[in-house]
Amino acid sequence: MRIGVDVGGTNTDAALMDGAKVVASVKSPTTEDIATGVIGAIRSVLKEAQQDPSVVRTVMIGTTQFTNAFVERKRLSEVAVLRLALPATQSLPPMTDWPEALVNAIGRNIFWIEGGYEFDGREIMPFNERQVLDAVRNIKKLGIRAVAVSSVFSPINPEMERRAQEIILNEIPDVKVTLASDIGRIGLVERENAAIMNSSLADLSARVVGSFREALINLGITAPFYISQNDGTLMSADYVERYPVLTFASGPTNSMRGAAYLSGLKEAIVVDIGGTTADVGVLTHGFPRESSVPVDIGGVRTNFRMPDILAVGLGGGSIVRDGEDLTVGPDSVGYRLIREGLAFGGDVMTATDIAVAAGHVQIGDVARVKRLVPDRVVDAALDIIHRTVEDAVDRMKTSVEDVPVVLVGGGSILINRDLRGASEIHVPARSAEANAIGAAIAQVGGETDRVFRYAEQGRDAALASAMREAEEKAVSAGGDPETFKVIDVEELPLSYGPGDAVRVRVKVVSDLVQ
Amino acid sequence: MVNSGRLTLRQEDLQDFVRGAAFLGTGGGGDPYVGRLILQQEMAKGAEVRILPLADLADDALVVPVAMMGAPTVMTEKVPSIEALQRALDEVARGAGRKVDALIPLEIGGINSTMPLVVGARGRLPVVNADGMGRAFPEIQMVTFGVYGCPISPVVVANELGDVVTVRAVNNKQGEDLARSVVVRMGGAAHIALYPMTGADVKATAIPDTLTLALDIGRIIRTARAERKRPEVALCDHVSRLPVPRTVKVLFDGKIVDVRRETKGGFNVGSVSLDGIADWQGVFKVEFQNENLIAYHDGAVRAMVPDLITLVDRETGEPITTECLKYGQRVKVIGLSVPPIMRTPEALATFGPRAFRLDHDYVPLEEIR
Repeated sequence: MRIGVDVGGTNTDAALMDGAKVVASVKSPTTEDIATGVIGAIRSVLKEAQQDPSVVRTVMIGTTQFTNAFVERKRLSEVAVLRLALPATQSLPPMTDWPEALVNAIGRNIFWIEGGYEFDGREIMPFNERQVLDAVRNIKKLGIRAVAVSSVFSPINPEMERRAQEIILNEIPDVKVTLASDIGRIGLVERENAAIMNSSLADLSARVVGSFREALINLGITAPFYISQNDGTLMSADYVERYPVLTFASGPTNSMRGAAYLSGLKEAIVVDIGGTTADVGVLTHGFPRESSVPVDIGGVRTNFRMPDILAVGLGGGSIVRDGEDLTVGPDSVGYRLIREGLAFGGDVMTATDIAVAAGHVQIGDVARVKRLVPDRVVDAALDIIHRTVEDAVDRMKTSVEDVPVVLVGGGSILINRDLRGASEIHVPARSAEANAIGAAIAQVGGETDRVFRYAEQGRDAALASAMREAEEKAVSAGGDPETFKVIDVEELPLSYGPGDAVRVRVKVVSDLVQ
Repeated sequence: MVNSGRLTLRQEDLQDFVRGAAFLGTGGGGDPYVGRLILQQEMAKGAEVRILPLADLADDALVVPVAMMGAPTVMTEKVPSIEALQRALDEVARGAGRKVDALIPLEIGGINSTMPLVVGARGRLPVVNADGMGRAFPEIQMVTFGVYGCPISPVVVANELGDVVTVRAVNNKQGEDLARSVVVRMGGAAHIALYPMTGADVKATAIPDTLTLALDIGRIIRTARAERKRPEVALCDHVSRLPVPRTVKVLFDGKIVDVRRETKGGFNVGSVSLDGIADWQGVFKVEFQNENLIAYHDGAVRAMVPDLITLVDRETGEPITTECLKYGQRVKVIGLSVPPIMRTPEALATFGPRAFRLDHDYVPLEEIR
């Protein structure tokens, strides 16, 4: 059996699964030290299923700790940045657009080195070993333990970044090195930003992975554990230690993957309605569609794999205001719903009260709500709630046709009518623990994103080698080559580019090697 | 930015300026993000950029445009080099046998709006409040300087390594073709200085006041968003009061239902289709070749090049480039007329509909329907 755990800001959810069946799922509070909460959640899910820890073959964990640490600028490591690009790119030094407080937290230790590539793979300047060595000795002297290496067009050829890594590890064997080519896509600034972010989490990732490992040992679970990443696939614990940044959006991703699993749908729109917002995302081939535009995290622009999520201000705690123009949200009473909502004896009219008054659900003091909320308000608010969800669904759709919609999260009680644009509406059982279930069913993935010249090798050969590269990455992440599946191919021609230069993005997934 | 008769561009103007430049990019011109960052970096050192009104330009001044040429995607990796732009400029000055007095944008739309400002900030050179395209165009002969008789040559192409290539071409189109092949060899994007002109040439051939227009458009969009108003109303009002009045029209309000793209001859060619929202009915379609070229409503032409066709986000008013179009976006399509200098027969022969192989005679935006 496998256990999926989702560590959220408020709750730590756990789900025990046997093959394709959910045996049990629980919610328990997140704790300050994380590990205690994880232990608690796993204990109680095993207890509910009346199973022994020895039945667990794999543990999958989703966590928001790294995102929170970066956004809150807490427990970040000092970072050295090596940019192999001279004489190019001098007009934009690393961390140019970063918030000052963040730069203060990780330092501005920048080392400029000759090197980099043109889009067609030619070297801008040859690799300069001497310069790298000088920089590394400086870094050693400064006592910096995390290094980010970046280079122009490294997604096309990571060779120079790799050679720099060799030299660094040779000089300072236990330093943590992040290569930008291993994380990001085309776009020097965004890719380098992601690498620096990743380096800043070097100490924390070692500690977090260590604490998860310890928690499992305490529970008597000897099975390997994996951590879920932004795109809904898994990384081995060692891999997360090296690339913590890839977990940044795993929360919404796991909930979408859980929704796919619980509903049995691979192509659908998922609406996850919580207390304050509804997160709307698109499932294609059972995976969340990725955002194609740069994403801002903690004030830093990046372009790594993130799900395309539209968040709208509608949740169970959304405040309903009666007046000439009746409004629902976008502000919410949030976790205070259970004190301030009308159904709970409070005096704020919330979206949940509307659902109660309409008779969708029996929560709290139903009679009080029915007395306080006039029918006219119920009707008007329900119209707005449904229209808000319909608009969000429509914005995220990829074609004109109606699509199935899966509702998850506690706020799904707000929806009781058909939705325009939805061919069918699913509200699966256990949808409250969709996150943990999403973690438990995750597969491993691999991705390529680089420029190919169709004029030289032809489109078919280029696509084939892109797929091969993506598969190699999946295998190194623990994937089973027998179960490869291509889930996304995107071709983006470079305008004004010679030789039919096309940027190709390929993503594959596979099951974990058993 | 107006400061006791003198115009200066300051750091706090940059967001507005690049937003306006993206609007004037009419779907193309490259993402000005990188250009803004470079400029911000340069201005953080304390530099301001002096903007020179066309009227204040001396007739015998040497004015030179500097720009990036090539694929915008390459510019997001091998970001523009201030040194290389400067080298290209120096080479033009050497050929002219005198120092450069002022810079001018070749193209106000997209990333190239920022290049002369960057060089101006570093070298303390003023930048003339005008440009040669009034928008973005895909090729360097598509500028009013050339249309009205200024030769493109020498086109100096420079890279960050220190290579400098001077192209002296027999005509402006040939200048584009030869420079383009050098740019490809230099890695798909390179730095250029070209069209050396006298102040008198610039006054006779440039499109006036486009730097301030970009800044104003950017500010109008931001202010409208903050006040939850419709930006097109303020835009309309603003351009109607310009010294050379222009027209702004909302051509359509709708939702993207289809985007088609392909590469043809090194260009990003395609179309976007919209369905109406609110009172807007029917099917709207915009065809693009890097930039938006022509817009049809139920098959009838509503606007065409060189008039500007810009898609903006319906909620935020933020301009959207053709690379970022996707199904489901709510957009307004806004048309902005170009001044008469861009509508003469010789201008239209260089960048009118037929120059883009569109089988239409040009009809000005304000005369359609």
